[in-house]
Amino acid sequence: MTTRRSILKHMAAATALSVWDAPLRYAFASVNTERRLVVVILRGALDGLAAVPPHGDPDYAPMRAQLALDKNGSAANLHDLDGFFGLNPGFTNLKAMYDAKEVVLFHNICSPYRERSHFEGQNCLESGGTSPHALNDGWLNRALQPMGMADGVSAVAIEQTPPLLLSGKAKATSWMPEVMPEPDAAFLAKVRALYANDTVLASSLDMGLTLQNQAQAMNDDPNAKSGKFKASYGNLTPLFQGAGKLLGHAGGPRVAVLDASGWDTHVAEGAADGQLARRLQALDQALEALKTSLGPAWKKTAVVMATEFGRTVRPNGNGGTDHGTGGAAFLLGGAVDGGKVKADWVGLKPAVLKDGRDQPVKTDLRALFKGVLADHMGVSRTALDSTVFPDSGAIAPMTGLVKA
Amino acid sequence: MSLEGAIATQRFGLGARPGEIARASANPKAWLLAQIAGPAPQPPAPPDGFATAGRLVSEEEEYKAEKVKNKPAKAARQEAEAKGESVPPKPPKDNIRKEIWFAEMGARMALGCTTDKPFAERLVRFWSNHFTVSTAKRKVMTFAGSYEREAIRPHIAGSFEDMLFAVCMHPAMQIYLDNWHSIGPNSPAAQKGGGKKGLNENLGRELMELYSLGVDGGYSQADVIAMAKLLTGWGIYDGRPSGFGFNEARHEPGEIVLRGKTYPAGWDGSVAAIKDLAHDPATAHHIATKFATHFIADDPPKESVARLEKVFNDTRGDLHALSETVVKDANAWHPELRKFRPPVEYVTATLRAAGWNGDGENRDKQMRRLLGAVRVMGEVPFAAPSPKGWDDNADAWAGSDALLDRIEWAKQFAQGLPDANAARLAEDGLGPLLTPNTKSVLAKAGSKSEAVALLLASPEFQRR
Repeated sequence: MTTRRSILKHMAAATALSVWDAPLRYAFASVNTERRLVVVILRGALDGLAAVPPHGDPDYAPMRAQLALDKNGSAANLHDLDGFFGLNPGFTNLKAMYDAKEVVLFHNICSPYRERSHFEGQNCLESGGTSPHALNDGWLNRALQPMGMADGVSAVAIEQTPPLLLSGKAKATSWMPEVMPEPDAAFLAKVRALYANDTVLASSLDMGLTLQNQAQAMNDDPNAKSGKFKASYGNLTPLFQGAGKLLGHAGGPRVAVLDASGWDTHVAEGAADGQLARRLQALDQALEALKTSLGPAWKKTAVVMATEFGRTVRPNGNGGTDHGTGGAAFLLGGAVDGGKVKADWVGLKPAVLKDGRDQPVKTDLRALFKGVLADHMGVSRTALDSTVFPDSGAIAPMTGLVKA
Repeated sequence: MSLEGAIATQRFGLGARPGEIARASANPKAWLLAQIAGPAPQPPAPPDGFATAGRLVSEEEEYKAEKVKNKPAKAARQEAEAKGESVPPKPPKDNIRKEIWFAEMGARMALGCTTDKPFAERLVRFWSNHFTVSTAKRKVMTFAGSYEREAIRPHIAGSFEDMLFAVCMHPAMQIYLDNWHSIGPNSPAAQKGGGKKGLNENLGRELMELYSLGVDGGYSQADVIAMAKLLTGWGIYDGRPSGFGFNEARHEPGEIVLRGKTYPAGWDGSVAAIKDLAHDPATAHHIATKFATHFIADDPPKESVARLEKVFNDTRGDLHALSETVVKDANAWHPELRKFRPPVEYVTATLRAAGWNGDGENRDKQMRRLLGAVRVMGEVPFAAPSPKGWDDNADAWAGSDALLDRIEWAKQFAQGLPDANAARLAEDGLGPLLTPNTKSVLAKAGSKSEAVALLLASPEFQRR
C-alpha cells in the first residue's frame, strides 16, 4: 500500500512529466513564526451560564432553577475558581489549565449580532461583520495576509471543507484524519490531469494532497497507520489531536480552525450530570488531547473558543434554554496570560437582562479576537481596524491576554 | 443522443442509466414533465410493508416502556460490577430504531439508483432537505423514512401549503424541533403542571426562518413567540395512522397576534396563520431562490429567481407550476456543468451509470455500504447538522478532504467492477457531456478498472 508519504516522491518524479503544477511546491519551511493560533467555533449557541457558572451571584440559583450547578453540593457539582465564578463539572482538564494560569474566561460577551438566528449569528461570528451577510469572507481569512500566512498551507481547517471563518481571498486548506485507504500516486497524477480545465477541483486536490502528505510524514502514532485513527462523528478528540499533531510539527501550519457543535440545548439540558455537562466533558478531553499532541508547541499556542450567542438565563418549559444573547468565551494555551475571568458582571436580576430574558452584552467578541491577533500574532492595529474587522476602530483590542 | 437530453438526465435527474440519455433526447422537457404528471414513486417496500407514522409512534412507546422495564436490571448489573460480583447477562440490545432506519434509507437509496422518474426523485430530495429533520435527535431515526413518504412525496407536484401542513403535523418534525413538548404558558395543562412546563420556540422560529418566510422575511422575536404559541397543542397522538393530534388543553388560549395580524383562538387560528405563511410573498422569494440555486447555479441569475417567484405568487404555491417554470427556463440548459454533486447524488449517479438493477439478495448490504461511503464523504441522508439542512453549493462539498475521499471511493468502487468498460460507462452515463480532456486521460489508463475510476473522478461526473 502506497502511503501519502511516498506520494511526495512520486510527485517530484511527476513534475518532470509536467503533470503537476506549481501549487505543489513544498512551502512549509518558510513559516515565519513559532506562534500557534487555534480557533474553535462552538456551533449551536453554548449556554454560558452552564459552562462558566457565576455561582456566587445571589440570583444565579433562583434564576437557573433546576439547571443551577450547586457549589454547596459535592465537589463534582462545580469547579470553583474564585468564589464567584466556576467551571462546569465537565471541565476537569480546563480547571487544571486555569490553575496553571493558562486560561482566561469571558462572560457577557457576544458578536455584534443581536437577533436570535443560529445561522445569522454564526455568519457574524465567522465573517466578523456587524450584520449577517454583510461580508462574504471570514475574519481569520482576512487576517492571514497580515500574518504572512496566505500561502495555502499555513492555515488549516480540521474539517472536510474550510468554514466561512477561514474562507476568502487568502488561501487556506482543510484536513481530516485518514478514514479510507489511499490510492497510489500514479493514479492521483492522472486524476490531476483530469482537472486541467477545472480550477476549483484542481486547487482543492493540490491542497489536500500537500497537507495529507505532511500529516503522514509526521505521524508516528502506530494506530494511525493501521487505520484506527479515524474521525468519529460526535467524537472530538481525534480531530483536536490531529490538529495538535499538525501544528506541533516544526514545518507545519500555524493556524487551525476546529468545529465543535451540539450546544443547542432546547430540551433537558441537565445540571451536573446532564447532557450538556457530558458534552462539555467531551470538549474538555479534546482540549487536553490538543495540548498533549502539541507537545512543546503548547507553550507558543493560544486557543480561542467562541459561540454565536448565549442562551436564555431562565430554563424554558422543557428543562432546556432558548436562544439568548450574551454568553461565555474562552482563551487558553501555554502562551496565554491566564488565571482570570473578564466579565464586567452586572448580575442576573431581570431588570439588567436583555429583553428581560438574555444575558446582556458588555464586551464585543471582536475585542477579544483583535487582542489575540494583535498581541499573539502581531497583526497591526491598522489592519485589524480596517481589513480584518472593517470599520471597527471603535472596538479596541483587549490587552494583557497573552504573555509577553 | 442530444446534448440537451444528456443535460436533462444530469441537471434535473440523478445521472443517466443506460439508454436514458437516448430516451430523454427526443424531447428533453417533455421527458422531465411527464415524470411529475402522476404521483411520485415510493421506495420499494419490504415484504411486510413500511410502517405508518402512527404505527411508529406506538413502536417508540413500546421501545420506551422496554427501556424503563430494563432499568432495574441495568442498575443491578452496575451494582454487581462495582462490588466485583458476577454480573448478570445483558438483555439483547434493542436495535429497533436502527433496523427501521436502515430499511427505510436502503430502500430510498435503491429507488434513487433505479428510478425511471429521476426528476421526481430530485424534487423529493430537494423538499426533504428544505424541510429538514435530522437524526441529530436520535428518535428521528425511526420517523425519517415515513416523513418523506407521507409528508413530502405526495406533494412534490401539489401545493406548497399542503406540504407545509403535512410537515408541521408529522411526528418527525414535531420531535425534531421539540414542538410536541411545547405547552402554552396560560393553557390548562401549564396551570395543572404548576408552571413547570412551558413554551418551546424551536419550531415556531424555524418554521418562519427556514421553511417559509426566510431569515429576512419580516418577523421579530415577538413573532417567534407568537408562532410558538400558535403551535402549542400540535403534537403526537398514539393510536392514529398519522400519529398527529391536537391537544386543546396544551394550546395557548385566546387570540394571538402574529406579524401584526390577530388570529382567532384555538385550532382555527393556528391553521390560518400557517396558511398565511405559505402564501406570503417573502415565502415565494425564499423558495424561488432555493429552487433556482438547486437546479441552475450556486449563484442563480436574478431573472430566473424572479420568474419562479412570480409563478409561486400567481399560482398560490403550485409546485407543479414551479417545476415547470425551472424546466422551461433557458438558463437551466446552459451547457456548462455549474453545480457540484453532493455525496449522495454522486454515488447514486455512479450506480445509475453502471446500470445497477437493485435486485439480488445483496441489495441491503450494498445499500448499507453506500450509506457508509457517503458518510465518509460528509453527507448522510436526514442527518444534517442543523435544521438548515445540507448546503446546496460547491464550497460545501468540494473541499480538499471531501474530494480526496471521493476519489478514493471511486477507485475502490471501480475495483469492485472488474468487467466494467469505461468507454461504455461514459457513453451510458454522460453521452455527449464527456470532454476531450477526460477522454484523453482515460486513454492513458493502466487498466480497465483504473479507467473506470478515472471516469468517476472526472469533473463531468462530479458536476451536473
